[in-house]
Amino acid sequence: MSTVQASDFICILPQIILSGFAILVMVFEPFVPAARRVMLGWFALFAVASAGAALAWTSTLPGTAFGGSVEASFFSIFFMALFLLVAALCLLGSFDYLARDHVQHGEYYALILMATVGMCFMASSTELILVFLGLEISSISTYILAGFKRQDALSNESALKYFLLGSFATAFFLYGIAFVYGLSGTTNLTALAERIHAQSSPPIMLWVALLLMFIGLAFKVSTAPFHVWTPDVYQGAPAPVTAFLSVGPKAAAFAVMLRVFLVTFAGEGAVLFWLLWISAALTMIIGNLGALAQTNVKRMLAYSAIAHAGYVLVGLATGGEEGSASVMFYLLVYALMNVGAFLLIAHLAGTGEHWTNIEDFRGLGFERPGVAACLTALMLSLGGFPTTAGFLGKFYLFRAAVGAGLTGLTVIAVVTSVISVYYYLRLVVVMYMQEGTPQAPSAPMPWPLRVALAVCVAGIFLLGLFPGNVLTLAHLAAMPLP
Amino acid sequence: MAPLNHILALSVILFGLGAAGFVIRRNIITIFMCIELMLNAVNLAFVGFSRYLGDLSGQIFVFFVIVVAAAEAAVGLAIIIAVERNRQTLAIDEIDSMKM
Repeated sequence: MSTVQASDFICILPQIILSGFAILVMVFEPFVPAARRVMLGWFALFAVASAGAALAWTSTLPGTAFGGSVEASFFSIFFMALFLLVAALCLLGSFDYLARDHVQHGEYYALILMATVGMCFMASSTELILVFLGLEISSISTYILAGFKRQDALSNESALKYFLLGSFATAFFLYGIAFVYGLSGTTNLTALAERIHAQSSPPIMLWVALLLMFIGLAFKVSTAPFHVWTPDVYQGAPAPVTAFLSVGPKAAAFAVMLRVFLVTFAGEGAVLFWLLWISAALTMIIGNLGALAQTNVKRMLAYSAIAHAGYVLVGLATGGEEGSASVMFYLLVYALMNVGAFLLIAHLAGTGEHWTNIEDFRGLGFERPGVAACLTALMLSLGGFPTTAGFLGKFYLFRAAVGAGLTGLTVIAVVTSVISVYYYLRLVVVMYMQEGTPQAPSAPMPWPLRVALAVCVAGIFLLGLFPGNVLTLAHLAAMPLP
Repeated sequence: MAPLNHILALSVILFGLGAAGFVIRRNIITIFMCIELMLNAVNLAFVGFSRYLGDLSGQIFVFFVIVVAAAEAAVGLAIIIAVERNRQTLAIDEIDSMKM
């Protein structure tokens, strides 16, 4: 057995820093007077920045650690950087939201950090048990975050549904791991891949294990028919939390999917391909059609999040370096536009999130032109209009799919994303073309939120016009994947 | 000594019962117990495979699963208590205030 060395800890330094700061936030919380708890938030933001610096250092020392159970590679670093970005944006958007809704507690910031630790382990681990632990660390943290307004009935309900269906999904994922272990005698993904490829005809039980793991992860990324929890959870959770959990855990679960399905189980191509094909098609159709009927903005964006998971699944079904790179690029783009949209809605919905109906945004374009322009840009990007990153992300995904001969699936993807333009534009039309005044009392936008939104909107246009560097990075990250 | 087949059959039955109960049962606490049943079915499979393979790591995984299940129970029961305080009910069908 290998002994633990100092270099092993350097490999997981970002996670160590985040965990340490999360514990410190919890320790400091009782000593900070309620009026100054936002300090803890800034402290958490500092933790994310430090973890980012540590990540930059780790990236110069690629390799595996702890007997090959964790790795630092371009793949893991790309995803960890994405998670840190999402955590930072959500923290910036939460400071004033929590004060406004009277839930300014240090635990919130600690839980965001903990969830980020879990997601980082999901992306960097090459050991199924560690993947499971990462999944649970991030899930349990986000269960609590979803119910963070514990006096609020909707927030409770959201947490309850997220918890019940999340644990249900975890049991499936874990059962899959148990069968993989029983059939191959290992849970290390690298060793597992060698053993699977060595066998000429894999046992049928391996497909069962694969299916169980797929069901577990499909719940996490909310693909049809395992999406039923998504609208209720996203609607009921506090909006900054929705921003976080519609992006972070989802991207982490996609990272696990890329690693497990495209690398380890690459030999099971045909079964896996049709599994991904069918769920991609179903998810895009159900997500986009479901969103058409919604009157609540958060619920509409929840269905849109389901649809976007479907687009990403197209990339997974494509596979190969081209498919994987476009998946990673899309996840980054999706993170920027979705976090931006939910944070902005968190601000516009007013105290207690009373005004989240689409009709409540009437006349916003005249009352607050800057805010409305921002929301319009985010909606156009979600809908995939050219010059925005949403367009390029979809373009790369679909081009890779056509290149791999998935014409049928691409046709479904393009048709459903044309449908999606209707519900994104409806919000824009309500803001600019309907008479009336916005329902929510107009509050000045706090500057941390301005910074977060500026990053999101600038990112959308930068990636939409100059995607070159980030795309190169995504290709580098996808390289070890076949 | 029970053969692996028997252990696995029991594990599959328990997992199936848990999954079926999750769908059928209408009380939140019972639903939560069904999830615990599924996790314990997983533990049984891990232990069975571990003995069959003569490899101890399967039994170590069980400890991880038990710890995670305990953490999940702590959080889950807290959420259930919060729901009960707000609504005075534990029937899952009555907790549906977010329908379109």
